[in-house]
Amino acid sequence: MKTKGPVLVAFLAGMLMISEYFLDVDWLGKMATWIQKYYIIIAAFALVIGVTSLVRLHATKIRDKNKGWGFSLVTIIGLLAMMITGLGLVSQDPESNLPLRGTDHPANLWLYDHIQVPLGATMFSLLAFFIASAAYRAFRARSPEATLLLLSAIIVMLGQVPVGEAIWDGLPQVKDWLLDNINTASKRAIMMGVGLGMVSTALKIIFGIEKTYLGGGDG
Amino acid sequence: MIAVKEGVGPEFVLLMLFVVSLLYFLGQARKGVHFKIRKIAGLDAVNEAIGRATEMGRSILYSTGLEVASHIATIASLTILSRVARRAARYGTRLQVPSFDPVVMTLAQEMVRDSFLQEGRIEEFSPTDIFYLSGEQFAYTAAVEGIMVREKPSTVFLMGYFYAESLLLAETGNAIGAIQIAGSDAVTQLPFFIVSCDYTLIGEELYAASAYLSGDPIIMSSLKAQDMSKAVIWVLMIVGGVAAFAGSPFFLAWMGGIS
Repeated sequence: MKTKGPVLVAFLAGMLMISEYFLDVDWLGKMATWIQKYYIIIAAFALVIGVTSLVRLHATKIRDKNKGWGFSLVTIIGLLAMMITGLGLVSQDPESNLPLRGTDHPANLWLYDHIQVPLGATMFSLLAFFIASAAYRAFRARSPEATLLLLSAIIVMLGQVPVGEAIWDGLPQVKDWLLDNINTASKRAIMMGVGLGMVSTALKIIFGIEKTYLGGGDG
Repeated sequence: MIAVKEGVGPEFVLLMLFVVSLLYFLGQARKGVHFKIRKIAGLDAVNEAIGRATEMGRSILYSTGLEVASHIATIASLTILSRVARRAARYGTRLQVPSFDPVVMTLAQEMVRDSFLQEGRIEEFSPTDIFYLSGEQFAYTAAVEGIMVREKPSTVFLMGYFYAESLLLAETGNAIGAIQIAGSDAVTQLPFFIVSCDYTLIGEELYAASAYLSGDPIIMSSLKAQDMSKAVIWVLMIVGGVAAFAGSPFFLAWMGGIS
């Protein structure tokens, strides 16, 4: 019974969603929307569990004075600051007398614009350095395949910028040919495999062949 | 009167073909037929990677990617996590699962707990090792990178759907000298994983991983069904190509129903 119930639920929900995709039946569409709304509700409850997990993890680090506990303190302060300003607990709109929620609250907006966005941009900008180190490793001509990759990369990179056209005006065409034929063909082959893999995984779960998601698995 | 939606005919036919081949191979598996599946280096290395962490006395870090629980790549990742968790429990190796989504975290906690229970090591299960970090892409990335640098896990699994953070995570793992096994169906991120990780499961291999690791012929029957469907697609592509060259509009019009 421990697995039969969830497998039955997965089967019914899966069949409903498949039927809704192929059949033009009003009540099926409503049922599918209803199920999707339930996912949002469950996710909202799970967010509380998530935040509890986060607070517990960092509170333990602070309590035990683990290495780097100061970062945990920053995390907790940041979480509380965003939560207090975002929930509209500390100020009201003077005209409507309604609580200012989310980024409507000036402090919340300031924290978002001046802390969260720059931090995200900093992380994103690190990509440039990581791309350089990864490209160095990938483009070392150690084998015929790596040499081919290196040559293709040089053509594509030069074909993408004006200096490439200045060197040889046929370079952008070669670049386009490589991207439209070799690259697209490989990508499509991968995407077809992905599509079949998705269908296979979904059917395995719907038919109860794959029950690992219910816990355990067989090794 | 039940009406069929317009333009879904070819998809329905292909889905039915898949279901029929799945049921056929399932029947074969139940009769005891042994399927030959090609070797996937990344999955053969899973035991080695877990063993390495055990020998070095360090942890395993497993990321399920940046998608929600209803995303099929996340579901595939969770099924692999379950199998990795069983082996980690067997070897007594610490497994950390930082999560991007609270629903995924809850599911991962349950699955890992059950894996430890099945291995008879429930007392070694630590629910705090499967934790929520952030729903913000780069906040999550920074936190996972921080864990990698501070705790230096010996083995890093990056399985699921990733975006721009893929290279940030994989390069940090590479920098700390961890053995890294990645798997994703995000076509644009695959090159980054291939460059920075020791093994990469490309596209469909991510979905095949759970069946492959289980070694169970019943579950592996789905892989044979996938191969059969690939053969059908291959034939359709040839027929479609020939029909297009011959100027026949029928096949293209029929397939044109697929959006």
